Amino acid sequence: MPQQSCPLTSQQVVDIYFMEHRAKLLDVAAFLDRLERAEGHEGLQDVRVRALKKAIPLLLDSKCENHANRAQRMLELLSDHTTEPTPAAHTQSALGADPNTQY
Amino acid sequence: MAYIDPHIHMVSRTTDDYRRMAQAGCVAITEPAFWAGFDRSSPAGFYDYFRQLTDVEPKRAAQYGIAHYCWLCINPKEAEDPAFAREVMKLIPEFLDKPNVLGIGEIGLNKNSRNELIILEEQIELAKQHERLILVHTPHLEDKLKGTRMTMDALINAGIDPGRVLIDHVEEHTVAEVLDRGFWAGMTLYPDSKCTPQRAVDIIECYGNERIWINSAGDWGPSDPLSVPKCHVEMRRRGHNQKLVEKISLENPLAFLGQSDRFFLPEHS
Repeated sequence: MPQQSCPLTSQQVVDIYFMEHRAKLLDVAAFLDRLERAEGHEGLQDVRVRALKKAIPLLLDSKCENHANRAQRMLELLSDHTTEPTPAAHTQSALGADPNTQY
Repeated sequence: MAYIDPHIHMVSRTTDDYRRMAQAGCVAITEPAFWAGFDRSSPAGFYDYFRQLTDVEPKRAAQYGIAHYCWLCINPKEAEDPAFAREVMKLIPEFLDKPNVLGIGEIGLNKNSRNELIILEEQIELAKQHERLILVHTPHLEDKLKGTRMTMDALINAGIDPGRVLIDHVEEHTVAEVLDRGFWAGMTLYPDSKCTPQRAVDIIECYGNERIWINSAGDWGPSDPLSVPKCHVEMRRRGHNQKLVEKISLENPLAFLGQSDRFFLPEHS
């Protein structure tokens, strides 16, 4: 259970944060539009794009245990769930989605 | 309000950042050893870096009334070559007795590889031998969940008291497990790739304010050395009281860092 609830009312949350998140959602829409307008199709099959499209429905999925946890479930979706150490680090950077998951 | 930024890389910041942080109320920082954005070509590069952390930065910070502490290690991004990593680790004991060194950090994993894990375990042993606190870097993005679990397992297997370890860069999918296993948790506030101030406050609301802190991890990349006070603004914007702000950014850092006999703030001693 939450130990410290948000002191704001739900209406105050909307009033304070709506414009910011409206803009962020439009950024995602414009990114997907840009992707489809771009030359070539390989980007459309990129694991990061497939993962992003798989994550988007979670925005409308309100199922939860103790509290709303869309952010947690989205991060879990984008994570490597294996448990053994990888044999070697061939790169120093991360992609943002697990390249070995079939999104 | 006086606050502590317990994870920031001031070697990458300008002196003007010290001034702005002091003006915002920062009274102390702790600076973990990290990846400089490129791989150093020799252990001598680390020797000079450790001198910078233990000698140069404390003086720079003191000009603005900020107490400077640090953590030493070889970071996981440069730990894939165990022979090289061990050469760097040999340098660390010489610096551990410097007055501003709190412990070993930020150690951890990057790509969760076997060699990274071996060097992590050896650095945990180093902290254990010298009875020092540990600051842990957890991997970014898709590697974070697995790497956080592997790191916590390595610490527990080594017999380390989780109350003497801060696991940093927690997010919504790792914070509960970190706290449930008895570790301290750090939230890193970044403009792009990590927690925003809004999400950090969400996490505090959902998981409580015990054994948790916020930091800027300001470095050479897109980052904000004032993100901690900006998160305070977010707390107040939601109607949280000053007591919560002080708990997260002063009382909790003092409780964890105060486990080292090196750490003190003059006005709190």
